[in-house]
Amino acid sequence: MVADGKSNCMPMVKAMIVLDSEGKRITVKYYTKEWASSVKEQSNFEKSLFTKTCRTNARGEAEIIMFDNHVIVYKFIADVFFYIVASPEENEIAMAQVLAALTESTSILLRSNVEKKSVLENIDLVLIAMDEIVDGGIIFETDAQQVASRVTMRGKDDGFGSLSDQTLSQAFASAKEQFSKHMLR
Amino acid sequence: MASNAQDNNAPLRMEGKKEEEDEEDYEYSPFHGIEKGAVLQEARIFHNPQIDARKCQQVLTRLLYLSTQGETFTKTEATEVFFSITKLFQNNDSNLRRLVYLMIRELPPDSDEVIIVTNMLMKDMASNNELYKSGSIRVLCRILDSSLLQQVERYFKQAIVDKAPVVASAALVSGIHILKENSDIVKRWGSEVQDAVQSRNPMVQFHSVALMYMLKNNDRLAISKLVSSLTRGNVRSPLAQCLIVRCVAQVIADSQVYAGQERPFYDFLESCLRHKGEMVIFEAAKAIIELNNVTEAELAPAITILQLFLSSSKPVLRFAAVRILNRVAIEHPMAVSNCNIDMETLISDQNRSIATLAITTLLKTGNESSIDRLMKQMSSFMSEIGDEFKIVVVDAVHKLCLKFPSKFRSMMSFLSSILREEGGFEYKKAIVNAILGIVRTVTESKETALTHLCEFIEDCEFTYLSTQILHLLGEEGPRTSHPAKYIRYIYNRVILENATVRAAAVSSLANFGMKVPALKERVRTLLKRTLFDNDDEVRDRAAVYLKLLNKQEEESKTPQVLRGKNISLSGLEQSLREYLATPMMETFDIATVPEKELAPVVNMAKSKDTSGPAALDELTLKSDFEETLSSIPEFADLGPLYKSCEPMDLVEKETEYTITCIKHIFGSHIVFQFNMTNTIEEQVLEDVSVQVDLAEAEDYQEVCTIPATKLPYGVVAQTYVLFSYPEGTMPFGRMVASLNFVVKEIDPSTGDEEEEGFEDEYPLEDIYLSPQDFIHATKISNFRNKWEELDPETEIADEYGIGVRDSLQDAVEAVVETLGLAACEGTEAVPPNARSHVCLLHGKAVGGMEALARVNFGIDRNMEVAIKLTVRAANADMSEALHAIVAEG
Repeated sequence: MVADGKSNCMPMVKAMIVLDSEGKRITVKYYTKEWASSVKEQSNFEKSLFTKTCRTNARGEAEIIMFDNHVIVYKFIADVFFYIVASPEENEIAMAQVLAALTESTSILLRSNVEKKSVLENIDLVLIAMDEIVDGGIIFETDAQQVASRVTMRGKDDGFGSLSDQTLSQAFASAKEQFSKHMLR
Repeated sequence: MASNAQDNNAPLRMEGKKEEEDEEDYEYSPFHGIEKGAVLQEARIFHNPQIDARKCQQVLTRLLYLSTQGETFTKTEATEVFFSITKLFQNNDSNLRRLVYLMIRELPPDSDEVIIVTNMLMKDMASNNELYKSGSIRVLCRILDSSLLQQVERYFKQAIVDKAPVVASAALVSGIHILKENSDIVKRWGSEVQDAVQSRNPMVQFHSVALMYMLKNNDRLAISKLVSSLTRGNVRSPLAQCLIVRCVAQVIADSQVYAGQERPFYDFLESCLRHKGEMVIFEAAKAIIELNNVTEAELAPAITILQLFLSSSKPVLRFAAVRILNRVAIEHPMAVSNCNIDMETLISDQNRSIATLAITTLLKTGNESSIDRLMKQMSSFMSEIGDEFKIVVVDAVHKLCLKFPSKFRSMMSFLSSILREEGGFEYKKAIVNAILGIVRTVTESKETALTHLCEFIEDCEFTYLSTQILHLLGEEGPRTSHPAKYIRYIYNRVILENATVRAAAVSSLANFGMKVPALKERVRTLLKRTLFDNDDEVRDRAAVYLKLLNKQEEESKTPQVLRGKNISLSGLEQSLREYLATPMMETFDIATVPEKELAPVVNMAKSKDTSGPAALDELTLKSDFEETLSSIPEFADLGPLYKSCEPMDLVEKETEYTITCIKHIFGSHIVFQFNMTNTIEEQVLEDVSVQVDLAEAEDYQEVCTIPATKLPYGVVAQTYVLFSYPEGTMPFGRMVASLNFVVKEIDPSTGDEEEEGFEDEYPLEDIYLSPQDFIHATKISNFRNKWEELDPETEIADEYGIGVRDSLQDAVEAVVETLGLAACEGTEAVPPNARSHVCLLHGKAVGGMEALARVNFGIDRNMEVAIKLTVRAANADMSEALHAIVAEG
């Protein structure tokens, strides 16, 4: 009873799924036990979700579908397909915001070069970004700029100011600098 | 700097993975061909005294990648990885540290290993780096048990009020996670959480509001206080605002609202409709729509806002709006009809989910004039959507047809056209069911429907559907104007189909032969041919029916087997068992099997009918009954009337006689009052009484019968039967009843009745008695006190599955009605979206014996409802009787 009350009140994310253009898993994160029984069950779900959605045009605006008693918002960038899965009672618009946080922060981190190859090459960044957006199903941060700067470990203290204050190219330059610093260490 | 030379368009980090770029085909992946064993080998470098941060990051990334691909690690592997990872805390590379955090959460250590990392994480928690702080908090909350948590609790409390949002959020979210198992600890954080609510950061505000709400979730008063303070305060975060809207909705649902009274917090919800965040607007609109007994006036602003969403460029907004409007349309079609124009545009929406929802909404809100147009628009639309959407549409068309039966033609032709198209079993089944449903209620549609169905079985790949349709043809076909035309379709099945369908077709054919004398010879010829079928069942059926046809000719009356469909299966089983117990010297007589109670065909036309005899309804007032009954000398000393049950019909509507039965319960007696109407103008009935067989109601003794002397056409007359039963019990009983009377014909020309009448008997539906008849549904205000008052010894608890229900509300209503008790303290209303519910019920039986029931409902994802019934009553017998009601029902 209590648990029900909670899930009724908290906007919760059930899963984040990132697939490639053939429906193969790039990375996923499931937050509920619904799919916990087996990897097979998860991949079946991903496959049928992909078949269901791959022909839709989810490029400009995020699309949405009711599937298998879940509400799923999704967006495709190049050959990377992003999905957010939630319960059918969930606020679709809040979920769309989570999706936007995921796609936009990925885009910032990969310098607008979102494609399967670059996502895989920088999968560590994407994983940390996902972790900064949703923590155990609870929405942790939805501001893509915030997420991106947290992933690149630039808090307020390191003198760069917040990312949103800079132009995008400045942001990239400083991010790169920041990185090479880490790399060279 | 080295990085300046790099291509500006390249992703942030290209270096490092170069060695794997040997085969750069389109299948390129840096993880191509990696393998768990090898990566675990690589993980040994974590032990190196000189940590190579870059190399370690790569290995950790591969481990994480493997894990997200569904690779599992054995206990030993996990432990080994965990121990080696702990070494990496010595290095201060921040990216490496983040991956370490992720990895520990991915492979949570055993409780005895936790202590190894605790110190290092604690150090990170105390560091100056806010991202270390945040990360370590989130790891700690997952791996610490309650005793260790108590030791670090102080740091969590500090973190909640940390000025860095990322730290505060981490601590708050961790609190939410910890709450599930260690609520005592989190409860002590109240004041810090309260401070965090004032934070200027939207996410911190959101998380603190969430935690605050959960801390007080079990205390209604505290929640209501919290909500009223939050609704007044200025909350910046849209997510937090959504949360507050949900809490408000919960508070409204929990509070009792009486008619005419202003709903608390409605103003707040309405003000949220003007919020600048779409998320909040939508949440508020949804909350308003889901209010219990929402009025049209309350709905209006929410619907106006949603209407704007319908024309948004964002599919998510359109979907959200149309989905919620679709839900409103069920109960308030008028309120949604303003949006019809926008909805019609959405039929061509690229997103098929939106289009389907729009269509089904239109089908709910549509008026009679728009149906033809809608059907036309849909025909083209149907081929573009998936089966599961089509089923939704078919159901909606079915409902619409029941609403506007006069438009059955266009809807029937729509259904039959989609029936001919490609589709899976579930979809075809839905269509056939819809057609059958329409046939059942809209009689004019029968012939058209049968023709369509005949064509469908010509080319139907689904045995189940074919047999169902053949059965219907056998039932309905003979009663149409041209029964002969169906014979060909049916006989084709006998030639072309599999054995199951052939058998069904044979039965169907036989039905025509028996019911339509003109076709008998032809059917007989056809049946003779099937005697050589290679399937046993088909041959057997053909032989039986041929014999019956011949017999029918001899006796020139309908053979008994035709009555078979009205026989109750449980009754047949019982009779057969009894028969087997006898020496079986005589042949089994099927006539002894009780007839089945006719399945209540729920349809709109009929429910309207029942409200017809208003005069009768008025009679149901208890005081009137009391007066009427006490005026009858036989009933004068029965004592006070305790309860009169709802009238129940004992015959089908529109038969020769209308008879309803009202059960009057007295202390140790029951009176059955039968209200009878004679609907045949040329007849008058005399000496009318109801004869009741008590074989299956042994606890009851018949005391006397008071017949009605005369029942002329169109007049309501009463006859009574009085029974006694042991005082203080509530026995079950089923009584087979029949109406006995003397019929006298009336000469239509003179209006005089003939002198000589003849005795006749008319079978009635069985009358059931169950404990609920003895119990008055009475509401009490303080359920808990009453519960404590009753002897705990009488408590009986048991669990029952009650099958699939449309909603929890539906299930609650059904159970409350079955038990015949009254729901107390407003527990009959289920909050929207609840997955479980507790209903408190109370009732009083004859002699003031009280019964209380607590029913816990739970519904799962497949809409299966299970209940746990806990009963306390004046005595254990009564508790048992209540359980028996559920068990029997």
